[in-house]
Parts: sequence; C-alpha cells; structure tokens
Amino acid sequence: MRVAGKGLIDRACPVAFHFDGRAYEGFAGDTLASALLANGVRMVARSFKYHRPRGVMTAGSEEPNALVTLGLGAAQEPNLRATTVELHEGLWARSQNRWPTLGFDLLAANDLLAPFLGAGFYYKTFMWPRAFWERVYEPVIRRAAGLGALSGEAAQDRYERAFAHCDLLVIGGGPAGLMAARAAAEAGADVILAEEDMRLGGRLLAESEEVGGVPAVEWVAEIASELAAMPNVRIMTRMAVTGAYDQGTYGALERLAPDVADRAHAPKGAFWRIVARRTVLAAGALERPVAFAGNDRPGVMMAGAVRAYLNRWGVAPGQSTVVFGNNDSAHRTVADLQKAGVHVAALVDSRHYARCDLDVAFYAGAQVCGTAGRRGLEAVTIATTKGEERIAADCLAVSGGWNPSVHLACHMGARPVWDADRLAFLPPEGAVPGQRAAGAAAGEFSTRACLESGLAEGLRVVAELGLKAPEISVPSAGDAAYDIFPLWQVPGKGRAWLDFQNDVTVKDVQLSARENFRSVEHMKRYTTQGMAPDQGKNSNVNALAVLADATGRGIPETGTTTFRPPYVPVPIAAMGAGAIGKGFAPERLTTSHDESVVRGAPMIEAGLWYRPSYFPRKGESHWRQSCDREVTMVRGCVGVCDVSTLGKIDIQGPDAARFLDFVYTNMFSTLREGRVRYGLMLREDGHVMDDGTCARLGERHYLMTTTTAAAGQVMRHLEFVAQVLRPGWDVRMVSVTEQWAQFAVAGPQARDLLNGLLDAPIDDAGFPFMACGPVRVGGVAGRLFRISFSGEHAYEIAVPARYGAALFRELVARAEAMGGGAYGMEALNVLRIEKGFITHAEIHGRVTAYDIGMQGMMSAKKDFVGKPAASRVGLMDPERERLVGLKPVGAVKELLPGAHLFDESAETVSANDQGYITSACYSPTLGHVIGQAFLRRGPERIGERVRMVDHLRGTETLCEVTGVVQYDADGGRLRG
Amino acid sequence: MRLGCPVCGERDRREFYYQGAAVARPEGDAWGLDWDDYLHNRDNPAGVTRDLWQHEQGCGAWLIVTRDTVSHEVLDVALAAEAGA
Repeated sequence: MRVAGKGLIDRACPVAFHFDGRAYEGFAGDTLASALLANGVRMVARSFKYHRPRGVMTAGSEEPNALVTLGLGAAQEPNLRATTVELHEGLWARSQNRWPTLGFDLLAANDLLAPFLGAGFYYKTFMWPRAFWERVYEPVIRRAAGLGALSGEAAQDRYERAFAHCDLLVIGGGPAGLMAARAAAEAGADVILAEEDMRLGGRLLAESEEVGGVPAVEWVAEIASELAAMPNVRIMTRMAVTGAYDQGTYGALERLAPDVADRAHAPKGAFWRIVARRTVLAAGALERPVAFAGNDRPGVMMAGAVRAYLNRWGVAPGQSTVVFGNNDSAHRTVADLQKAGVHVAALVDSRHYARCDLDVAFYAGAQVCGTAGRRGLEAVTIATTKGEERIAADCLAVSGGWNPSVHLACHMGARPVWDADRLAFLPPEGAVPGQRAAGAAAGEFSTRACLESGLAEGLRVVAELGLKAPEISVPSAGDAAYDIFPLWQVPGKGRAWLDFQNDVTVKDVQLSARENFRSVEHMKRYTTQGMAPDQGKNSNVNALAVLADATGRGIPETGTTTFRPPYVPVPIAAMGAGAIGKGFAPERLTTSHDESVVRGAPMIEAGLWYRPSYFPRKGESHWRQSCDREVTMVRGCVGVCDVSTLGKIDIQGPDAARFLDFVYTNMFSTLREGRVRYGLMLREDGHVMDDGTCARLGERHYLMTTTTAAAGQVMRHLEFVAQVLRPGWDVRMVSVTEQWAQFAVAGPQARDLLNGLLDAPIDDAGFPFMACGPVRVGGVAGRLFRISFSGEHAYEIAVPARYGAALFRELVARAEAMGGGAYGMEALNVLRIEKGFITHAEIHGRVTAYDIGMQGMMSAKKDFVGKPAASRVGLMDPERERLVGLKPVGAVKELLPGAHLFDESAETVSANDQGYITSACYSPTLGHVIGQAFLRRGPERIGERVRMVDHLRGTETLCEVTGVVQYDADGGRLRG
Repeated sequence: MRLGCPVCGERDRREFYYQGAAVARPEGDAWGLDWDDYLHNRDNPAGVTRDLWQHEQGCGAWLIVTRDTVSHEVLDVALAAEAGA
C-alpha cells in the first residue's frame, strides 16, 4: 500500500500494467516490484526446487525471488528481476515456474517431499537404470525444477556494442561515487560515472537523511546536475558494470529506458567495453539475510529494502511489521516506518546489549525462530530468554549486516579479505591494477565516511593523473558507527533458507559438510549454493559462515568461492551484439558475383568468399548435369571461371629472388622474366603449407598466387620470413588479391577466344605454356598468364578489379558464342581431379612433399624454410600414406572422400588401415568415378586392388589403384 | 587487452595475430636437436615471457611482446625486425 507524501514517484503520472493477466496501476518512477507491493501483491513467484510461494525480498539487482518473464513469443525474456524492471505503460509480466497458476501450482507437492529432496538428492536417487538418465530423469527434472523458460524462437532483441575510454571510471553513483566523480571532474579528468540504477544517488535514495543540511535527495540532485553540465563527465545510468578485465578494461551492460527502447528501430541495450586509466569501485554494499525457519515466506524482506520501498517509492510492504536484526539497520527501519505512520509490531535485536529509545515493543537478545502463513507471512515466532512468543505480522524486515560489493575487485583472481570487526569481506587491495574501492564497497558504512572515502579516492586519482587537486569539502552527514554482533543462523527445527534462488537451506550445507564436501568450492557444487542467476549475491557469505560452523573452522579459513563476471546476468544477445546474420562474418564477393547470381549459379562459401557452384542451363535439373556439361565444355571447347579468390601477393625488391628461393622449396631466382613457375611451400616443420604459381614480372618483381584458403596464412608467413628470419634483406610485399580480377579461360579454343578480345593477338611462339606478360584488353592494361588448373590449353587473364564485372560478362558471352560458357567450382574440381592436381583436401597440413610425390621439388642446392625438418627419415618413409589415384571396380561404382582403405582380404579394423580417400568425383571425360587417396606405399601399388570402407555411410567397394594423373598423363593438351 | 604497436600506437588485441614464443631460428639446413627445440620445446613460464605477435589487421609488423603471464602486464613491445627473435 502507498504511504501518502512519501517517495520519488510521480503521482501525477499513473502507469497501467498487467501481472499474470490482471490489470494494475502504478506510477512513473516505480519498478515492477514497488508497483506490485503498492498493489498488495505479495506472492510473485514460485521457488526453483520446492515451488514455495515467494515474494519480493530486496530492492535491487541482487533480488533472488521476484523473477518474472516479460513479453511473448520471440520477444519473451525470462528471469528478469522485478526489482530492476522499470514500470512502463502496457507492461505485461508473468510469474514463472508454476503450473497451472501461481496461486495453485501442482508441483508445490515438491515442498511436501522436501525431506527427500536435499542436497545431492539427484546424484543419489537417479542412479539406475542407466538408460533412464537422458530419456526419463533429465526431462522430468528439467520440467520440475527451473525458473523462466526461453521461447524457443530466434530472439528478435537487438543490442549494440559500444566502446568508451576515460581517465576515471566511477562504478556506482551513491555518495562515495558522486564525491569521487566530482573531485576528478573538477580537476579536468575525463570521467565516466556508471550507475546500475535508473537514477543517481545509491542508498541515499532509499534513506531518510540529510546531507549538507538538506535532504539527501536534494543534495544528490544538485551534484548530479553539476556533473551533467560538465563536458568532461559522462553520466551513464542504467549501466551495470559486469566485469573487470586486463588493462583497466570493464564490461558493462546498458539498458535503455523503456520509453526509449520502445521507439522504432531502437536497440534494447548495449554491451560496453570501457577502458579506464583509473577506476573507483563505489558499488556499495548488499544487506544479507539471517537464516531462520520459514525465512522465505512472502513478506519476509530485507530491512534496507523495506526502507527503500518506503522512502523511494512511498510503499509500505506491510500493515504490521516486525523488524529483526543484529545491527542498527533494524532500528533505523523502525524509526522510518514509525515516522511514516506504519505500524511496527516489534523490534527484535539479537544483540543482548542493545538499547532502544524508540516507542516500540523491543526484544534485546531475542531472535526470530519461525514464521507462519500460507501464501504470505501472517505471524512471526520469536525466541527470547523467557521462551517463545508469537506476533502477528504481515511483513518481517530482516538485517543480518552488510556485505560490501567486492565482486569487481575480485574478478582477476584475488579473494576478498575478512574483516572481523565489520563481519564482512572487504575488497583486496591492488588486485585489479588501477582500481580502488571507496564507500560501502570498501566497508565504510556511514554516509559521512562514504563521502569522505569517495573524495579521498577521487583526489588520489587526480594526483596520479598529474592534475591539480580541486578544493572540495565533505558535506555534513550521518556518521553513526557500525555496530554488529555475529548472527548467521537461528538454530531450530524447520528449513532455514540460505540461497533463495536455488532453494538451498542450512541443512543442505550441513549435510554437505557431513558428507565431506568441506571445501567451500565442493560445498557450492554439491548443494548448488550460489549457482543460480543471482550468483549468491545475498547468500554466499551466510552459507560459508554456516559451513565454517559445521566444519569447526573460522570464516576466513573457510574462504570464499571464486568471483567471476558477469556481476549481473548479461543476455547472450548483448554480448554477441552485431554478430547475428550478416554481422557474423564478412562476405567477400568477387566482381563476377552479380552476373553469377543472375545466371542462377548457387553461391557456395569458400572461406569468407562466395563462389559459383555451377551455372545451370535450361533443362538441367540436377547439379551433376550442369557439372558434367561444364567439364565437357572445357575439354572440348572453352570455359570461363572466376579465379580472383586465389591469393595474389606482389613481391618486389633487390632481394625478391633470393627471398622466394628461401620460402619455396624450388628455385625462383633462375626463373626468366615473363615466365611462371609452380612452387611448393613448406612450413618450418617440413610439412606442406601451400602451393601455387609465381610469375616473374621483372627482375625485382614477382607475383605470387596462393590457394584461396591459405592466402592469409601465406601472407603472414611471408611477412614473418622477411621481418623476423631475414630482416636484412631488401624485399617488400603486399596483398593485391582484391585489386585484380582474374579469370581462367580454359579449353582448346581458349586462345581463339582471347585473340578476339585482346588489343594485340598472341600466338604459341610468343606466348608458350607458362609464359606471362602485360596485355591490353579494350584499352585496359591487364596481365595474361598461360597457366592451367584444368589440364587444357588455358590462360588466366587479370584486369584491375573495377573492370572485372565487364570482362567476365564479355568472356562468358564470347565463350557461349563459341559453344562454351562459364564453369563453376564443381567442374573446376572434376577437371583438377582428372589431372591429379591437388587442393587443400590433399595438402591438409599433415602431408609432406614426399607424400604428394613432389620430393623432387625440394632443391638440394639451397636452404629453404622447412628443409631441415623435411629431411627427417620419418618424413621420407616409403611406408607413409602417399598420394595415388583410385577408380572403383566393385559392384558399387562410388568413391567417398573420408572413406578408409584396406587390403582386399583384411579385416576392416583400424589396425589394418591403409589410407583414406581425399577427393572423388564422377569424370564425364573418363565415364566413371575417380578419386585421389593417400595409401600406404601408394605409388608402389599401382594396379593393385584395395577395399574402400565407409563405416559412417555404410558403403564399401573394391577399387583399383591408379596413377595420380588419370587424364592426359603426358600433358600434351596443356602445351597444344 | 591492448598492445602498443611501435608503428601504430595502442591497439585492441583483436587487431593482432598471436604466434607463440619468440625463439631464435637455428641456421643451417641440417636437422639436429636445436631444430627440435625450435619447433617443439617450449617453456611455460609463470612470469615474464617473450612472444611473437603480428599486427595483422594494422601495419603488418611482426612484434616481440614481453609480458607477464601472471599479472597479464605488457612490459614491452618492439619490432621483431629490430629486436630479433
């Protein structure tokens, strides 16, 4: 219910919303949680395991209970904390983990089975039969236990990624953060002030107190407007800093205000990477509960949260409240409630020495030991020195003390440090370079101390940045000492919750210790303590205190579990922002792409490139028909194929020839100008890296081509050799892959086609096999190479990329007029397999020059990369699997790449493996299927028969071993 | 993570290619234990290490990066052509 005259909500601005189908009304400035409490909705969720009724417990992002689902269908977003969901017009929220309804949940029966469902229950119960693990147990468990569900549809949420740099990142906009930001900002530093909440102020928004002689909220508004007016300050609200990383890098999740996010094309939020020279961690502290029987009933809330709902949102969560604590936070809560006219039934202070001058039923040295109420709190039982007493109440405000938010100080591996006076873990110093904690995050619990520590850390940063310190005084504020007496659990019967989100109780932790899971990390995994989306923010410290007690150790000896990012849940969509659909990877398109698409060619991926698979013609209904035609066309007439995707590297310099001699196994210094040579390149470990042709365009000028797949690797390798291995050599290289469009023109009529197009015709004498040189095509300067990957009389013609589309169209049109046409990757592959040429299907990284029959290309006259390693006897062993050709001769006329080879009569087990097939196709030229394979002692076995077995596809056949080159073995067609 | 490229200035890690430990290549074309070490044997120090990186999405320079594997601190970035592996 609302309390008149209180809160920072705009009562002139009502907001209609729905929860579980019912219509409610709140005000601008509300969260979903505050609006539900204002409407008297106490039960908002069912718990993870026992399906217990749960209500709002906190007022921040640490909320373990009040998780809801927003949206429908693809826009459905589960597990949002009602305490951080900003109320906006038309909001539709649903409760989770209940069926059929929140009020009547069939799986609430789990609660009755609780004695059997303790920690380790799954491991002990669902042991057998084994066949049930995945078919029965897992689906049932997943249905019974859980929180919100995904829609199963592709998410439509759009997030952005963003980057920021600053001198000082202040994490948290409470009193400490505001002072730190102000100090650095006034000194001229570039400051980012990141606040998780929708507005600045931190705890000051939740308390009823004065700062600098005015209400704290006014002081916040004043300093916020000063900061906002400064050009060197960026105030980023709704920005949760989620992780601390190397070199002052922080991850942060920004939500947009609902009205902004609702605009057309607006993203839902952004994932930021912020790089800061210095960071002040002013993330505040989180109040922790106390474990007592029935402490999870709707109506049991944190005392600080009760004050927040009262002071910030003008909501009294109950009509009659009992306040229970072990520190002064409890007394403060009573004072605020009474001042607002809300009835306080009792103040229960576990400190036996506590005094109270408030007009309230006061129980010092007493504890709450039980609660009652079906769907919400109805009564509280307290244990005093005189016995138990039952008090009617619909709200119980609890404070077990405060845990500084040390998470971001511990993300780089350090553990927090136990402080025995404050009964709290404090941030380890220097654990994140450039970061220091201030305010409550550093264990300063009074407002005055927060202001002082924020200013001190701000001024320290100013000094470290070499700036002039501004004159700033600390405003007056409350400075009461923090007095706390240990109280983690109230002994007694009944379940006392530690981790509300994962339904872990004191008994579970004690059981874990009894079963010898005594390490805090083991306890965590055995009980699932702290493993829910809230990561145990308000429960971990209590749980390890219970573990410390159960194992007879102290809290510091027990230690904490590891703190890992993210501090709050981050949608995968936010972290992957920009990487969906076409944003996933760049697309590289050739100049002939559009024409290929127009011609109906299916485009297939080749790395980042897209290349045409085949060019279907009228009447062709299967790719094989197109492919066979294209192969026959090249063999009998002429074909045109875009080969621009092959890497092209321009290499120049006085030492270019010497350089190529060193990177290739064979000689290039002896290559004449105007000639091309095939080259083989090894890795330093003696295995084949890549192959391709290299043309000598001038005395000091070469043009290397690489395979499409290895273009990047080869470029990097060449730079490595030039800069690291041979830094004294005068040679430079640049990739010109994108700058030149290059087309293969292959077939007996290739020269006729080109001569119709070139400004000056060529002939065999002037342009023999493996010649290269400058040409002009329609006035455009280009290059011509007489090289062949098809085995036919062929050329590759290159022009600057901007002429590529036009040249391709012209070449294809002329080829078609001659009875030929364009051919795609499928035909290209068939043509090269017929000729025994290799691709990365063969040079896949584990083969040597010897394996592919190219040992003769390893020059004995010179040093080259990979030479020492390639000389190892094991790499020249005749028993190795070496390249051969294959053709099927059995009943099944098929070869399958990936299939393994066996001796004809051998058992087909891995011990008898003789090799494997790398490439296979149907050869229309030869009229049967052909393939390439690596076979033990392969070249010695030509004419023998081997058995191909494919266990995966269930195919086997008999093959005959052939030479690698299966067509035109003497190469007459190339030179013709 | 950012590396200070001596040519381009401080750049994000994603612009760089990581190769591995910066070890000197043996000379000569005969196989020996020095080659075995160069190709296969690496220290795995908890502390200062020298690595080869390339500013592949930038100037293309190969770099010797001296960094601490424990603190992740980058201590030095030098051009490999000048510093030598």
